[in-house]
Amino acid sequence: MTSRLLRVSAIETLSPLVTRFRFEDPEGALLPLFSGGAHVVVEMPDAGVLRRNAYSLISDPMDGSGYEIAVRREDGGRGGSRFMHTKVALGDLMRISAPVNLFSLDLRAKKHVMIAGGIGITPFLAQLKQLARLQMPFELHYAARSRAEAAGLALLPASPQVHVHVSEEGNRMDLGAILGSQPLGTHVYTCGPEGLIEAVAETGARLGWPKTVLHSEVFMAPPPGAPFDVTLAKTGKVVTVGPHQSLLEALEQAEVEVEWMCRGGACGRCETGVHACHGTIEHHDHWLSDDERASQTKIMPCVSRFTGETLVLDL
Amino acid sequence: MPRTEFSPSITSRPVYPGLTPQGATPAIMLAEGPGAEAILDLAALDASVMDLAHLIYIPAGHDAGLRLAALGAKMYREAPSYASALERYRKALADARMGTTLYLAGSEGMIGQAVAEALAAGLPPEAIQTEHRGTIARRMQCVHCKGVTENVTIDPFLCSHCGLTLFVRDHFSRRLGAFQGVCVDAETPGIVPEVQEIKP
Repeated sequence: MTSRLLRVSAIETLSPLVTRFRFEDPEGALLPLFSGGAHVVVEMPDAGVLRRNAYSLISDPMDGSGYEIAVRREDGGRGGSRFMHTKVALGDLMRISAPVNLFSLDLRAKKHVMIAGGIGITPFLAQLKQLARLQMPFELHYAARSRAEAAGLALLPASPQVHVHVSEEGNRMDLGAILGSQPLGTHVYTCGPEGLIEAVAETGARLGWPKTVLHSEVFMAPPPGAPFDVTLAKTGKVVTVGPHQSLLEALEQAEVEVEWMCRGGACGRCETGVHACHGTIEHHDHWLSDDERASQTKIMPCVSRFTGETLVLDL
Repeated sequence: MPRTEFSPSITSRPVYPGLTPQGATPAIMLAEGPGAEAILDLAALDASVMDLAHLIYIPAGHDAGLRLAALGAKMYREAPSYASALERYRKALADARMGTTLYLAGSEGMIGQAVAEALAAGLPPEAIQTEHRGTIARRMQCVHCKGVTENVTIDPFLCSHCGLTLFVRDHFSRRLGAFQGVCVDAETPGIVPEVQEIKP
């Protein structure tokens, strides 16, 4: 995966839990441009463990002077966001991957409706800048529990197309009203917790929206679980996956080459064949089909885990 | 007249799977000639499809108007031709919201033009249902002069604009809602294959 060392050039607190980071080339070179919805993978060398987390870019896609991300501290998480919040200082050099977009705008649409829950606002911050350039009709709905937690507020333009729904203030998002009155050619993009994405899909289905115009991106970190062992078919080597480690991270630690891109179960790049499986694969990805999952012949090591006797991978 | 069954063809030729009721969602319906029977069959399967339907009928010599009017669509109008129905159809598309289903039934030329119009208006292809009824005549575009000849029933045929003898291809343009006609005697001027009737 292409990556480069960039210098941390700004750190700003957006809310008690969310911090904005800006990265620039140490020599001042321009970075590759991207498109709204793209993410980068940030490498964090954390006490002997190399963490790699994906974060949506929130800066202007047409501005190559730097990349910006917003990181929400997840204290119950695996430690990546905590590392960003506590260990990263101005001037640090960090390895950042080239931008990849798995959540781009469908430019065939006549109107774009963006629905964000909490920190799911991040990809839309870049898309808003892209849409402003394209001069395309849009509306953005941003749902947050409280104003204090709504880190996106500081970064959102004051515009009549931007609607903020704060449930604490009794102003909950009404998906039926949002999806019930959109003109032909509207595409909908949802980013946030799984429950929000499911609610948009259900409301869309009830109102007769085809699935093809409902886009979504789940922010997914590899879920923790019980430790397990995998055997590699080619070498017979046995790799142990720790409770707070993903299978992909364990393979990387054991210096086993696996291609990867999003590290969140969405892109499909790390798909790995299963040679033998005596037990149950816990599929957490959004890539494999239901049939593929049931057959237990493939696994996405970035997010999926295993319970049972033996799992032998085609590696 | 029953639903037309076409023989398998090259992939760019449209398929018309028939109308399936989607319940009482907002709907635009456009029926031409014997296509009225497809709408009557649809309503017989689920009468609620008419509750929020705007039904436009182009009789084209087939008299099913009274039976269609009796289905109880939210709005029912007749028009003597597709061209005369177009302003109403466009307005219906412009006012439509996402979640609207489009039901089209009739000739290939009408369906092709109506689908192109709906796609241009932003209707997702998944929201369009089609059923072929009646004439299998084709709407042909001459790839040389770009003129469109309606109701072509023979192959090869004469372009009604530039006069070239055109071979009827199965190659369909979704943008134009028409098949492509290509000069059949470009390399051997005057030597033209025997004229055949177009088959489904």
